[in-house]
Amino acid sequence: MSRIAEAFQNHKAFIAFITVGDPDLETTEKVVRAAVENGADLIELGIPFSDPTAEGPVIMEADEVALKAGTTTDKVLELTKKLRETIRIPMVYMTYANVVFSYGCEKFAQKAAEAGIDGLILPDVPYEEKDEFAEVFDRYGIDLISMIAPTSEDRISMIAREAKGFIYMVSSLGVTGTRSEITTDIGAMTELVKKSTKIPCAVGFGISTPEQAAKMAELSDGAIVGSAIIKIIAKYGKEAAGPVGKYVKQMADAVHKL
Amino acid sequence: MTNQNGRFGIHGGQYIPETLMNAVIELEAAYNKYKNDPQFNAELTELFNNYAGRPSRLYYAEKMTKDLGGAKIYLKREDLNHTGAHKINNCLGQALLAKKMGKTRLIAETGAGQHGVATATVAALMGMECVVFMGKVDTERQALNVYKMKLLGAEVVPVTDGTGTLKDAVSQAMREWTSRIDDTHYCLGSVMGPHPFPTIVRDFQAVISKEIKEQMLEKEGRLPDAVIACVGGGSNAIGSFYHFIDDPSVRLIGCEAAGRGIDTFETAATINTGRLGIFHGMKSYFCQNEYGQIAPVYSISAGLDYPGIGPEHAYLHDIGRAEYVPVTDEEAVEAFEYTSRTEGIIPAIESSHAIAYAMKIAPKMDKDKIIVITVSGRGDKDCAAIARYRGEEISE
Repeated sequence: MSRIAEAFQNHKAFIAFITVGDPDLETTEKVVRAAVENGADLIELGIPFSDPTAEGPVIMEADEVALKAGTTTDKVLELTKKLRETIRIPMVYMTYANVVFSYGCEKFAQKAAEAGIDGLILPDVPYEEKDEFAEVFDRYGIDLISMIAPTSEDRISMIAREAKGFIYMVSSLGVTGTRSEITTDIGAMTELVKKSTKIPCAVGFGISTPEQAAKMAELSDGAIVGSAIIKIIAKYGKEAAGPVGKYVKQMADAVHKL
Repeated sequence: MTNQNGRFGIHGGQYIPETLMNAVIELEAAYNKYKNDPQFNAELTELFNNYAGRPSRLYYAEKMTKDLGGAKIYLKREDLNHTGAHKINNCLGQALLAKKMGKTRLIAETGAGQHGVATATVAALMGMECVVFMGKVDTERQALNVYKMKLLGAEVVPVTDGTGTLKDAVSQAMREWTSRIDDTHYCLGSVMGPHPFPTIVRDFQAVISKEIKEQMLEKEGRLPDAVIACVGGGSNAIGSFYHFIDDPSVRLIGCEAAGRGIDTFETAATINTGRLGIFHGMKSYFCQNEYGQIAPVYSISAGLDYPGIGPEHAYLHDIGRAEYVPVTDEEAVEAFEYTSRTEGIIPAIESSHAIAYAMKIAPKMDKDKIIVITVSGRGDKDCAAIARYRGEEISE
């Protein structure tokens, strides 16, 4: 069984997103470890991009900070390797097509596999464009994660049938960021997904409170949180590991209780 | 032209969030339905002719021709269109299409403000809501256009992210579209972005080369030897080239903004300094660093200040059908001043890049050769900036 499948095995999964290099690589390392120690089931490592068109202001800012601090794809790969020495749960990259394409798909996949990465999320690569990436990453045992949005409708079964690892269900229209309310019928989306695939699906975009996380995980197989964690990192800077750990514990507990 | 699944050779495609996929699929279906519809085309032609003032003139620049002493020079006067640029062609087409699709709101990005003004104009005409995203830096260097858009009833949103220029305005418009799709059409201003935009925008701009061809045959009884246009995303250029692509005797020359020079970091010359990448929905050439981070580009011209180029241009470059040459700020400013002085025509600083290159090659060509330069827009909007460039402060 893959590490990603295992993460959803015993209970609903809590997935934490962290932008690598925000505010610096040392802090990212501590924050990731804190998230893992406090119950995160899967870690999404964001490789910063200059123009992240699917992100709201919080993650955009984190990307800018990380790039200004000198974060590069090579440094992200190095840190991943170091984290993998002790971390057992799945880790996936989340970045934009050009970061991978420019590095060279083959070279990126090979190094990511060596570093112990399990999956890759590219929000600007929809079903129609996935083959040029999926074909390469498949060979290295890395799952290209598919996304499903509230507007996907008739596309859901087509996407789900070919999905690998887990499905990232986008809770709301728009970009990443915390929301006071999620109005999409997540239960109906999950139902359609489950008709076409056995792999788990987790909900992201807009989740910040334990209540929201529990509600979304109840309607699917897990909850993904990004902006809310990045906000804590922005507030505490180099001292963020403690507060992030505390926050992750609350969130993971709420999801695991289900 | 090659266009399988929105591809031009290896370029193009639909690299966008899943949230937008059904929107572009719906747009493509609507476009395929209406593009050959006689009533749609009659309505568009009516707007082109009686609202935008088409066909635009093909003017023989006799003084320039004599002064440069070589090839005969014609100017395709897109600057004489309503709103003062070629942008209106595309906006009328897209707004009409959006209306047929039941959309009530247009959003757009703008660099120099010409596309924003054209979108705001058409929105006013058709009774649609309009929001324009414009880089903060550009709102400052094109303040007059910001005022015009507001006057026309549009909301102008200054974008402070990144470099505060055209690329950031495009990113923000895409984010906005992701959050509101039902009633909103993204009226993209150039031959870029995800399929079907590069095709739709090209088709609406292709009226430029259709007219050049007819007008040239009427005036000279033959095709021109070269067609020259400036290229940012590349909409006026592809519009000027399109009906000549299958005429190999016609050289097609796109002029990129070299800014302070292609050997400096302050440039926006994509073909000359960029490499293959994926950004803003398309595979094409982009100015970027070794890790694929998009470069902060620079040009004196807000309309050419973009780190990418439309996928069809990338393809025409790959197959060697079109040439893409760099033109610096200084060369463009000289052409701006020269055209004003010589022909009494103040061209946009964007179009001045095309004129500058024509000024370089015309003297070396025989007198029986013919060059067409597309004057994509008028230069009123640039006067204050050029005055500043020359060290003179003026107030409007």
